[in-house]
Amino acid sequence: MSTQASVAVKPSGLQRAVRFVLPFMVFVAGLAVWELVVRVREIPPYVLPAPSVIFLTLIRDWVVLAESLATTLLTTLEGFAAASIGGIALALLFNQSKWVEYSLFPYAVVLQVTPVIAIAPLLLIYLEQQTAVVVCAFIVAFFPVLSNTTLGLNSVDRNLAGLFQLYGASPQQTLRFLKLPAALPYILGGLRIAGGLSLIGAVVAEIAAGTAGAGSGLAYRIAESGYRLNIPRMFAALLLLSLAGIVIYGVLALISHLVLRRWHESALGKEN
Amino acid sequence: MVESKPSSTVEASLTALAVSLRGVTKVYDNGVMALGPLDLAVRKGEFISLLGPSGCGKSTALRLIAGLSAASSGTVRVSRQEGEEQPGHGIGFVFQEPTLMPWTSVRENVRLPLKLGGIAKAEGRARADAALASVGLADFADAFPRELSGGMKMRVSLARALVTDPDILLMDEPFAALDEITRFRLNNDLLVLWRSLGKTVIFVTHSVFESVYLSQRVVVMTGRPGRIQADIRIETVEPRGEEFRTSAAYSDYCRRVSAALAPSYQGQSVL
Repeated sequence: MSTQASVAVKPSGLQRAVRFVLPFMVFVAGLAVWELVVRVREIPPYVLPAPSVIFLTLIRDWVVLAESLATTLLTTLEGFAAASIGGIALALLFNQSKWVEYSLFPYAVVLQVTPVIAIAPLLLIYLEQQTAVVVCAFIVAFFPVLSNTTLGLNSVDRNLAGLFQLYGASPQQTLRFLKLPAALPYILGGLRIAGGLSLIGAVVAEIAAGTAGAGSGLAYRIAESGYRLNIPRMFAALLLLSLAGIVIYGVLALISHLVLRRWHESALGKEN
Repeated sequence: MVESKPSSTVEASLTALAVSLRGVTKVYDNGVMALGPLDLAVRKGEFISLLGPSGCGKSTALRLIAGLSAASSGTVRVSRQEGEEQPGHGIGFVFQEPTLMPWTSVRENVRLPLKLGGIAKAEGRARADAALASVGLADFADAFPRELSGGMKMRVSLARALVTDPDILLMDEPFAALDEITRFRLNNDLLVLWRSLGKTVIFVTHSVFESVYLSQRVVVMTGRPGRIQADIRIETVEPRGEEFRTSAAYSDYCRRVSAALAPSYQGQSVL
């Protein structure tokens, strides 16, 4: 690693290109092998569709799939927003009062460790379907936000806290000018995890809900296509879900980088 | 010259005192006696050093004076300007680390005490820029702390302590982590600032040479619990400069201070 770094003084641009080109080549090679195997052995599409068939299905069924994608993304977004606001708010509450923290934290852990797939059917009984799905996404995603924000709020430099005390800062000032900025890298790390998790939560809930009634998310499409042996559409929906996850992660990572790039170690290049 | 307790003449002129500690002790929650009993009187405009082995409670004494922690017994008195209400405005504190907020610019770091005191942004910025200029960092107001060297960060920290124009400057081993050349330069700059601003400075250090070079009085402390071992006045031609650092009088004072410090280390393993 160190020798590589010393060699790569100049061609860092090349190295960066290689980092994108190599996985892409693996992807293309994998697709080519897949396509070849399916064609040569004449595997029927309901067993294993070729990549070309999946791609064609994606285009042919685009209207249906796009609608489902929008539904799933909306659920994910709502769950993510609820998890972010709820997680940060709860962490702030914990930070204000140890009593509240001691009283409530175990339940946050219980919610986190209970598999959401087991909670989802119950939620679907008591809540309206769309609400239940959003709640599932929230349950899965809020814990990393909560625990990371708590960690961040507790990681404030002791001397800086002393300085704020010395100058008679009010609790609001300490929160706004010291605790929240200090916790920001941790909060953004929590949000990055929560983004992917809220998609998982939404998908799990959709699958649970899909069997119970009318749903139109991507996960529901996968389940529905499975019953109808429409395997190419299953793959197409899966592809969209995967892309959605990548985009969500990418956007959050970008936001994190833009916010922290001027000061935090995590966002600085290795050369600095 | 060497005295274990403040003389009664100092007691008489109580109004001229910036800081006075009477029978001050500090016992930590775990029962460890960290400090005292400690009696210390610092006159207004005086530059004194607290010198002692690590863990002797020098920093604790400073935190008590700053009001950052409460004494277990005894009284801590800090003189305040007329009409002084807010705690802290009369005191500037420089920590061992620069203790800057990494997420904001140097100017905003220096403006912090004014912002917390509710001073308008425009005035605060102007005063922050003036404070930065006084430590020679006028050109770095828009930089972020990580872009500065260790010595420059320490200067920013000093500017922040000076921005409220406090009467008393408390410095907790501020230059301990810096290389020697940077430390010498900052020592000289600090002396220049002290002479021009006329502030009371209480400077905690574990360096004999630094304490003798900087201060009018070196207060040598014992090991834990910290008590005053000796109080040595450093008298020389002012203003001091590099020639003092190489003078015979300087090395003589260093020898005396070292001798006073030696008992504090007795019975302690070097490792």
